[in-house]
Amino acid sequence: MAGSGTAHLRASDDVVLDVRNLTVEYVGRRGERVFAVSDVSFDARRGETVGLVGESGCGKSSVAKAIMQLPPPTSGSVLVDGVEVTALKGSALRRRRDKLQMIFQDPISSLNPLRRVKDIIAEGLRIHGELSKGEIETRVRTIIERVGLDPDTAPDRRPHEFSGGQCQRISIARAMVLDPQVVICDEPVSALDVSVQAQIMNLLEEMKARYELTMVFIAHDLAVIKNLSDRVVVMYLGKICEVADSDALFAAPLHPYTRALIQSIPEPDPEAGIQEAALSGDLPSPSNPPSGCRFRTRCPRVQDICSREEPEIREAAPGRFAACHFPLLEAATAPEQGELASA
Amino acid sequence: MSTIEARTASRLLLQVRNLKVWFDTPRGLVRAVDGVDLDLRAGETLGIVGESGSGKSVLSRSIMKILAPSARVLPGSEIRLKGLDLATVSPKQNKHLWGVDLSMVFQDPMTSLTPVLTVGAQLTETLRFHLGLSRDQAEEEAIRLLTLVGIPEPAKRAKQYPHNLSGGMRQRVTIALAISCSPELLIADEPTTALDVTVQHQILNLLERLQADSGMGMVLITHDLGVVAGRADSIAVMYAGRIVEKAPTKRLFSNMRHPYTRALIDAIPRISHPSHTRLASIPGRPPVLIDPPQACGFAPRCPSAQPRCLSETPVLEPTPIDPAHASACFFPLGTPAGDAARENNIKAGVNAAGTAVNAGESTDGR
Repeated sequence: MAGSGTAHLRASDDVVLDVRNLTVEYVGRRGERVFAVSDVSFDARRGETVGLVGESGCGKSSVAKAIMQLPPPTSGSVLVDGVEVTALKGSALRRRRDKLQMIFQDPISSLNPLRRVKDIIAEGLRIHGELSKGEIETRVRTIIERVGLDPDTAPDRRPHEFSGGQCQRISIARAMVLDPQVVICDEPVSALDVSVQAQIMNLLEEMKARYELTMVFIAHDLAVIKNLSDRVVVMYLGKICEVADSDALFAAPLHPYTRALIQSIPEPDPEAGIQEAALSGDLPSPSNPPSGCRFRTRCPRVQDICSREEPEIREAAPGRFAACHFPLLEAATAPEQGELASA
Repeated sequence: MSTIEARTASRLLLQVRNLKVWFDTPRGLVRAVDGVDLDLRAGETLGIVGESGSGKSVLSRSIMKILAPSARVLPGSEIRLKGLDLATVSPKQNKHLWGVDLSMVFQDPMTSLTPVLTVGAQLTETLRFHLGLSRDQAEEEAIRLLTLVGIPEPAKRAKQYPHNLSGGMRQRVTIALAISCSPELLIADEPTTALDVTVQHQILNLLERLQADSGMGMVLITHDLGVVAGRADSIAVMYAGRIVEKAPTKRLFSNMRHPYTRALIDAIPRISHPSHTRLASIPGRPPVLIDPPQACGFAPRCPSAQPRCLSETPVLEPTPIDPAHASACFFPLGTPAGDAARENNIKAGVNAAGTAVNAGESTDGR
């Protein structure tokens, strides 16, 4: 894998989020340089959900934070609706933040326990808007109702009076009330129980349709990613391995890593059968990534070239992009025909 | 006990009868486990599935005899391992139970290993104490165990500390520890929840292989129905401190009777479904177990709930077709009474507890 390259980017007017050559590096605990994200590019169209998926340490959360400028990336560019946010500083960046909102993994720690729900949600409006007190109150009430909380009782309560799922609804309300263009969701459902997870996933889909939202959705759970995403970006050790439309990617993965991930998912079906472990070993250290293709140390298709040369992202099949010297084209052609015809 | 019952009982590895574990808290009495019956034969895997707060971890800790001091195991509760009532084993004798008869793998491999001892020292300590091996024998055996659980360069790893290993490797070490004295029963409590999906797959395959080789019984506790679907011989679904349904795995998935089991399955996003498939979510949230009312714990969220469900607690009863399949529901799915209850609720748009019921959501399954 390897993931440099821009073949998968789309030239289109309705690209709302354009991330180019994003690199995030930081100094680790022992003074070593950690290459969290290395030359990652992707884009998202208006109303599209782009799913970022990969195992822990693949850099997906670092990408999210870099887009939010929390902190700004080491290098690279992030265009939100044509504005370069990495160039913005201080109050200019703050003014732009209403267009760019984030929903975090832990619904409880991401809300201030001392404040009332209505103040948590209204804070962004107070900072950004020129709305009157009355208008703010109306907006807050409306959004509380839309995320499925009781607009009569919820506003005056504090986060600890709510369950994890309800706190995540408050986080969603806080992000949505500013009418953002791009919402970054970093594992928003992974801390929730299955029964509550489905509620929040459905709510995110409703919000996306209602507000024509562009979302970057980060998760380690592939089934969650498949359900919510239009386009999926698979990451491994700070690089992109594969980019494709959601259904096509899951029907016939091109990158050996994507296939291994899909094969590892435990399906709740006793007839599905269990595969031999698709991958052996663990993720290499991001402070000392393998040469060439970063996936080569665990790849079942590895050849000599993989350690010498880093594969660039290229269009391996129509509309399908992979950064691999030996993509799984044989698998992609047969079952994929139906998939493409229906798409 | 009839002779037939006695004979079945003798083949049983683990028997749990009417287990009740309550906690006195400042806010009231928490009935964490409230009347659980379980059976497990040697060589078999029992999956216990439940959401957070369902009581699954308290259940596993009761079997292991590692409950918090505030826990109260009620009289009449019984846990037998190969017929031996574990309550009769004195606290002093517990250490001869742990590791040799009973063993456990926890969710977080970092906290279940000592950070101040090398991996090898932790393994040899167990081996020397329980099996009486000499230092050299124990070291040799430790390396054999590390190899068995798939740790590369076992001799080098044995000299390292837990923090030198990745999460997946650490969990392999805890598994090596757990199986080091060939236990009769291994309890794995969310053993892969903290791990990535590719590593989870490796660890589950490893547990399955070790079990097949040794013939130990295994209790696999998880919140993820996918984890147990292909690996457990039978599954018990827990909700609000009780088992609401248990059955051989294939039967459970093909003939589920409890509305909660159905709802849980329908709420899971599936890789086999097209993207943007609307999920059948379960309204509300799991109940708090403080002073629960005399009622079915799932009734407020259940699309089939009737007035009876709000005033009586259903008990776990075998189904007429298959005695191994039991459910605790007055209006089970696939029965005339159950179908009528659900249809009426859909028509009314509301269940007996006043929760909205929509046609199409968690009713038809998909």
